[in-house]
Amino acid sequence: MSLATHLPILPVVIPALAAPFALLVMRRRRRLGIAIAIVSCLALLATALTILAQVADGTVLAYAVGAWPAPFGIALVADRLAAMMLVLTSLLALIALIHAVVTRADRKGWHFHPLFQFQLMGLNGAFLTGDLFNLFVFFEVLLIASYGLMLHGQGPARLKAGLQYVVVNLVGSSVFLIALGMLYALTGTLNMADMGLRVAAVAPADQGMLRIAGLLLVSVFALKAAVAPLHLWLPRTYAVSTPAVAALFAIMTKVGVYSLIRVVPQVFGEGAGAAAWVPAPWLFPAAMVSAVIGFAGVFVARSMSEQASYAVIGSTGTLLIAVAGWREDSLGAALFYLVHSTIAAAALFLVADVTARRRGAFADSASPGPAFVGRGGIALMFMAAAIAASGLPPLSGFIGKLMILKSVAPLPHWGWAWGVILVTTLIGVIGFARVGSAVFWKTGEACDAPLIPALRRDLAAPALALALLAALSIAAGRVSAYAEAAAAQVLDPAQAAAAVLTEAAP
Amino acid sequence: MTYEFLVASAIGVLVAGGIFLALRARTFQVVLGLTLVSYAVNLFLFASGRLTIGKPPIWEKAVSDYADPLPQALVLTAIVITFGMTAFVVILALRSFLESGSDHVDGDTVPCDTQDGASDVTSHAVETGEDAA
Repeated sequence: MSLATHLPILPVVIPALAAPFALLVMRRRRRLGIAIAIVSCLALLATALTILAQVADGTVLAYAVGAWPAPFGIALVADRLAAMMLVLTSLLALIALIHAVVTRADRKGWHFHPLFQFQLMGLNGAFLTGDLFNLFVFFEVLLIASYGLMLHGQGPARLKAGLQYVVVNLVGSSVFLIALGMLYALTGTLNMADMGLRVAAVAPADQGMLRIAGLLLVSVFALKAAVAPLHLWLPRTYAVSTPAVAALFAIMTKVGVYSLIRVVPQVFGEGAGAAAWVPAPWLFPAAMVSAVIGFAGVFVARSMSEQASYAVIGSTGTLLIAVAGWREDSLGAALFYLVHSTIAAAALFLVADVTARRRGAFADSASPGPAFVGRGGIALMFMAAAIAASGLPPLSGFIGKLMILKSVAPLPHWGWAWGVILVTTLIGVIGFARVGSAVFWKTGEACDAPLIPALRRDLAAPALALALLAALSIAAGRVSAYAEAAAAQVLDPAQAAAAVLTEAAP
Repeated sequence: MTYEFLVASAIGVLVAGGIFLALRARTFQVVLGLTLVSYAVNLFLFASGRLTIGKPPIWEKAVSDYADPLPQALVLTAIVITFGMTAFVVILALRSFLESGSDHVDGDTVPCDTQDGASDVTSHAVETGEDAA
């Protein structure tokens, strides 16, 4: 047994080891703790890239935890989609961590770094697991870490929003467990690949139960993804979180989307008999409504971080419009847009933070304030992030939206989809322009308040995020080809199921 | 009366009470409601392996008929997780109450004091005689 055979579990093990070590050393030697966190993130990135290289040709890495064969034990599955999400998570984590360290946001409380690592463990586990109950467990791991991170720095506003966030997610967890119980009672398995093979054999009398279980499961994922009408918790939560944390949270809604993409074709796909594609008719209208609500929120937001939160909802909506087609090309376009929109949302949060840090009492509110140091550079950054988030050329949002528009064209409701995507893009552009002109143009003369000294270093993380977006635009061809291959693999679950159920045997 | 009916009605009553409480405006009631719902969920998970009486949950060669062990493992995990989460939300609710001076879920000042009665000592709106209705 070499290390290479244990590759799929490393993204879970590395942060799980780094977190307690960081916890132990943080109290006395802060720098060592930070070093552990950064090394862990770099190791995660390296591992994710290695996994990506191994699965790029279409192999499915299945790992049986504890060497229990697949339907009985817990299986970890790394395919193209999971590898892509792992790379995205580790890149985003690196950006958020750099920002937290540089702006000293990690010093406002004791346990930022351990919580951050546990959050990564939960995220990576959720992307890798091939078992529905384990998906629940990793959801809880990432959620409880996110509660801690969200409350990091404290203050009444954060506590109020945090309480709502926790309560909403507890309700979501209960519904998740109910759906799991129903699915287990009906199919007798919790392994996703195995369940996919067994749903077709569910007795006709139980089809109603199966449909309800599927819809409950999908509604939980929709809650995590903040799809309308289950999005109400998101803007307040994200807008009051520490910006570095909010940037990391940009991937949390994508966990919901990922779970949808993973579970629906595998369990409720073509082979599911009468329950095939149960959630499909609900997803499309919900996605359109959340795209509209999200970009309407971008239009009316009162601060830059609130605007970024609504941009997250809007981009998830746009993403799900493409996902709801459940076709290879639309899913491929969606996956490309998923990568893009995650990084773009993170860039928006970080730019909002560097702006707020220079405007003193005005923070990041969308009202004209005093002139501040380094305005030009930050204005350019905001413009780039806004271009990316709303989907204008030349950044990758434009490519993503174009691919989505092209891929939904053969679908029956393509007119609605085109209308919503194009109009929301316009609304988004106007909203970003409004906030940008208020914050960066209408600045008065430097008032009597002293200018806050510029700290150039804090521009590093947003610049890194924007550089990633630029790289994504340049490499769009290769990334979209990969995304399409990943989509094809997701929509053909039989091959993955074979790999999981046979290869995982010792 | 069968066991199935007993378990099913117990789950139903717990969920109904839990949802009622969870929709209330004050954090303590919401937490109680969530606890009830999580009890119901645990019972439900346990019942998902079919109800059996007097059967061992471990496979042995001598035993031909055994209870499904997996739901019991699931329930154990779920109990631990929901217990931890409930403890967390209790502390969070307390902290939020202490910092913001209000135990309302949306954190704003007391819109429904009148219906909760004057016995509530924590509500300062009653003390000041302010009537939000």
